Amino acid sequence: MAPPEAAPFEAAPPEAATPATSGAPSSAAPTVLEAHGVGKRFPGVVALDDVSFSLRAGEVHALVGENGAGKSTLIKALTGVHRPDSGELLLSGRPVRFARPSEAQAAGISTIYQEVNLVPLMSVARNIFLGREPRNRFGLIDFPRMHAEAAALLGGFGVTVDPRRPLDSLGIGTQQMVALARAVSVEAHVVVMDEPTSSLEPREVETLFRIIDDLRRRDIAVVYVSHRMDELYRICDRVTVLRDGRHIHTGPIGGLDRMRLVSMMLGREISEVRRHGMTSFGSEGHDVARKPVLTATGLARRHQLDDVSLELHPGEVLGLGGLLGSGRSETAKALAGALALDAGQVRVDGAPLGRFSSAGAIRAGISLLPEDRKAEGIVPGLSVRENIVLAALPRLSRLGIVSRARQDRVVDIFMKRLRIKASSPEQKVGELSGGNQQKVLLARWLCLEPKVLLLDEPTRGIDVGAKAEVQALIDELAQEGLAVLLISSDIEELVEGSDRIVVLRSGGTVGELVGENVSEDALLAALADHTTPTQDSPNPADTTTGAPVPAAEPSAAGSAPAQASPPADPAPAAEEDPR
Amino acid sequence: MNPTPSLTAPATGVKGSAPGGTAGSDRPASGLSAAERVLSLVQRQGVLAVLLLVVVIASFAYPTFAGLDNARGVLIQASFLAIVALGMTLVIITGGIDLSVGSVFALGGVLAAWASQWGLLPALLVPLVVCGAIGTLNGLLIARAGMAPFIVTLASLLGARGLLLAFTDEGATTYLVPKGSAFAELGQGSIGGFGHPILVALVLLGIGGLVLQRTSFGQTLFAVGGSGDAATLMGLPVARAKVTVYLLSGLLAGFAGALNAARLSSGVTIIGTGMELDAIAAVVIGGTLLVGGAGSISGTLWGVLLLAVIQNLINQIGSLNSSYQSVVSGGFLILVVVAQRYVSRSRRTL
Amino acid sequence: MTTQATATPVRGTGTRRNTAAWLQEYGVYAAVAALLLFNAFFTEYFLTADNLRTQLIQVAPIVIVALGMALVIGTEGVDLSVGSAMALAAALLPLYLGYGLVPALLVALLAGAVVGLVNGALVSVVGLQPIVATLALFVGGRGFALVLADGQLKQIVNPDLLALGTGSLLGIPLVVLIAGVLALAVAFLVHRTTFGRQVVAIGGNRRAAALAGLPVKRVLTGVYVLCGVLAALAGVLATSRLTASDPSSLGTLMELSAITAVVVGGTPLSGGSVRVLGTVAGALLMQLLRATLVKHDLPDSTAQIAQAAIIIAAVYVARERRSR
Repeated sequence: MAPPEAAPFEAAPPEAATPATSGAPSSAAPTVLEAHGVGKRFPGVVALDDVSFSLRAGEVHALVGENGAGKSTLIKALTGVHRPDSGELLLSGRPVRFARPSEAQAAGISTIYQEVNLVPLMSVARNIFLGREPRNRFGLIDFPRMHAEAAALLGGFGVTVDPRRPLDSLGIGTQQMVALARAVSVEAHVVVMDEPTSSLEPREVETLFRIIDDLRRRDIAVVYVSHRMDELYRICDRVTVLRDGRHIHTGPIGGLDRMRLVSMMLGREISEVRRHGMTSFGSEGHDVARKPVLTATGLARRHQLDDVSLELHPGEVLGLGGLLGSGRSETAKALAGALALDAGQVRVDGAPLGRFSSAGAIRAGISLLPEDRKAEGIVPGLSVRENIVLAALPRLSRLGIVSRARQDRVVDIFMKRLRIKASSPEQKVGELSGGNQQKVLLARWLCLEPKVLLLDEPTRGIDVGAKAEVQALIDELAQEGLAVLLISSDIEELVEGSDRIVVLRSGGTVGELVGENVSEDALLAALADHTTPTQDSPNPADTTTGAPVPAAEPSAAGSAPAQASPPADPAPAAEEDPR
Repeated sequence: MNPTPSLTAPATGVKGSAPGGTAGSDRPASGLSAAERVLSLVQRQGVLAVLLLVVVIASFAYPTFAGLDNARGVLIQASFLAIVALGMTLVIITGGIDLSVGSVFALGGVLAAWASQWGLLPALLVPLVVCGAIGTLNGLLIARAGMAPFIVTLASLLGARGLLLAFTDEGATTYLVPKGSAFAELGQGSIGGFGHPILVALVLLGIGGLVLQRTSFGQTLFAVGGSGDAATLMGLPVARAKVTVYLLSGLLAGFAGALNAARLSSGVTIIGTGMELDAIAAVVIGGTLLVGGAGSISGTLWGVLLLAVIQNLINQIGSLNSSYQSVVSGGFLILVVVAQRYVSRSRRTL
Repeated sequence: MTTQATATPVRGTGTRRNTAAWLQEYGVYAAVAALLLFNAFFTEYFLTADNLRTQLIQVAPIVIVALGMALVIGTEGVDLSVGSAMALAAALLPLYLGYGLVPALLVALLAGAVVGLVNGALVSVVGLQPIVATLALFVGGRGFALVLADGQLKQIVNPDLLALGTGSLLGIPLVVLIAGVLALAVAFLVHRTTFGRQVVAIGGNRRAAALAGLPVKRVLTGVYVLCGVLAALAGVLATSRLTASDPSSLGTLMELSAITAVVVGGTPLSGGSVRVLGTVAGALLMQLLRATLVKHDLPDSTAQIAQAAIIIAAVYVARERRSR
């Protein structure tokens, strides 16, 4: 099954060994891995469009982009999980093709995935050596040697853990270290790290950085995917920005302004403020009621949310700003009772929500349009009609029997109002376009007549026409007095659609934009802010070289009240905050 | 939800400074909480403890139970199930299930009895080839075509039973093993008073244990059952491992059937119904996770023996219906499976 | 691949996929029609009222069990313990017939409900895989039934119960009538009630259903209870046909027959749809197939092998559809 055209995998040892320096390698460093014009399509979507990428020996190369930018697809193409439709991969200058992950690994490319991809029930040592266990002279696995080697390997990372312990008895951070040990213990020339720090404690992050420095010294190339700006500036040499499956920029990260990086990721130019340019939001603000309908205080969940507080008033659209991984989706899920919290409280009309459950939140009038339409929204095999009335079934039934007439009435109203294009209400939702699926989901929630509507990326992946319709609808709903929470990685949509924007970073509220400050510049500045509270001991040596961050846009950064403080609203709930 | 507070996590975490080398990390108990140790001990050795307890109590209560003859009888009864359960253990460790083993066991016996007229070798080879083919077919449909193991093997349960009926004129013909033949000796002879089947079963279990614990193939089985996605991303041959375990399960069930035919001197057609359930029960009671990813051959051995002892005890008591055995296995099954579920859940939320 | 969910679904265009889709949708009806046609020409005395009556009476218990199984499979589950539930019902009947038919019937159905409750709780509350959860009662349920019956086959002499098995209304055997009414009831349940729609939604996308506030645990448990009760009822009817309570062999391999009927009827094992008419047709198809082979002097073994092949083919076809 191995493709015959694949080049032999003995990747040459890095020629011209550059002297071991901890700094960035000179541009003379040999290129170990290259992707030329790689394209990859999935049914209905172009995930990668003519993307080129090159990786030098001994460099740490950041790969950044928002959701759907194509980072994951590129990584998977590099590591043999996906086969690209077009373009070619060069390993040390020779074209290669990987039919499966094992071939990429044999060629010296190892990967650490964001979700630890190890076997939870097996021991640490077995996980590290799976598939290449040391043998004794009888051909049997030599466990003493395996355990000793595993312990030595982990010890080198400063991890002392019995290699005989099952992996799932360890903390996530330690598991991530084990994955790292596996990745570097094979003779790797390239190590790909997909958000390696997302579940690490600050201390563990420091260890990771030391390991990366060590890899750099050994001339191993690292692809580093992360959303945390500070990490990128601290550890990476070069950065490649992807957006919507296309290559946007590659260059040294040191001289790159932080605002500029964020704006490239989001596809917005600094100072390019065009109010009502592209979106269909009305120009007027909404009549916002004084009394909040929803109050959230101190929402916290390990590794995901850290003290999120916000208020939502009837008749307003509150934007939730933040980069990927900032906790914006988790916040929406928590408000909708779909994510168990370690701490915090959600109140609707002053009454606290009890036990967290979706049903409870829905009864209280909170509806969530989830981010992942396919996995969490539609029931693809059911008809448009059934998908619309799914949540409202009990209300449309008498004695458990669904009233066809009432159902038809509701479906008819919403199909007309949202202009859902389907051959009939009986058409399966799985057969509709993304935009119409989204409208069906909106209808599902609107027919419950909620007080609060949480919209997580309502216009992502839908066509322009549907996008405009959805935006106009959001406007209309707020005018009718609904409280809307809007999450969008489309910064223009967020700015133009929102009356107010709460900014999240690292799972916590860090600021709020109101009035004049609801602008793209202010939001970009707030997003790019480099003061990350979770970082306890930043290494100044690396950061000082680049990133003159807020200095580039002093006016924007200054005018936005983006200080690291929760919104100082004198709401009664805020006083009950246990912190 | 989280009985062991997450306080244990930092203790096992990363040290701020690299100590270098393996200092202080060689003690197996380092960092294992007491609760964890008890749980893992119960999971690994719980059956053995129950087995010993039952044997001791039974020996006092029923003098006939403790006799050597009775022990030999129990062991020989258990040996066939043990061979079948060995294959089942491998299958279950990969997260699958093989419901066809009872039928394949019966088919193997009939084929062996039929072929025994030409000597020992045909008597062993014919059932192995046919049953191996059934196992391979199971494996291919499951691993390559991605069909659900239970439905594939349920169908081959039916298919193998059909083959058997077709081969015996709808069950009317019973093939006999020639008296005094080498094949008959294989099933009926003994060394030191212990029947050949017992020894064969022990050897097979020994080899199975070695393969499972000490070879890359064995490790691959654990990885496939523990996390198929991770195994694929690590570059392990997932599909090949799956096909192999169903092949082995078919081979072992067919071989056990052949051995049983040798012992009974005939290919009994109505044998083996429900054997898949006994095998699964023994495997799961022996601590192998029914969802895959963990298990041991020794545990399976204790599970098989426990079932055999309970069956024997029920016979000793005499007044009890023999069906109590399946009630007991069913009860054990629920207990073990629910306990496993909670153990793995509490570990995951750590 | 975090966000490629934006893909608009592309329908399979290959003819192979379309064939598979057609087969799953209508294959079972076409096959039933073809078998009837074949027999009309080539089998003597097949399309006679007597023979059809016999075929329907034989298939009735399978249909009843398969209806429950279809609901379970609709939730992306499976229930291996139906045969045991039948045996349990059969074993309990003679013990309580002394109190009259109705109490005995109620006890038998209650036993089925308890079996379902255990299965449902293991699936929905403990969170076990359905196969694993129902395996325990698959193993232990029949043993328990045998213990209750003391391992013996008991003749049924209660005339009321016997009448249930042999009686008929307007020329239609009661057993067939009951199966028919139940099929209609389950169809109504699936298509017209809140519960039925929730069953299908949970099977189609459990996470979405939970996020939409559906009572997932309650619905799942309810489905297994229904399946257990239907299996117990089938056990009662089969017992009355047999005129004996036979817990040792009643309903063996019933799980296979029921799953076959459901899958052949076009309900995918991956859940999300319940095809009641298809399930009835699936059961009929397997029954007709067996009868046809028997009438043409082909042995039972051939029927079994053919049945195995059809199951594999049906699941394979369903798999083709799903992987689009």
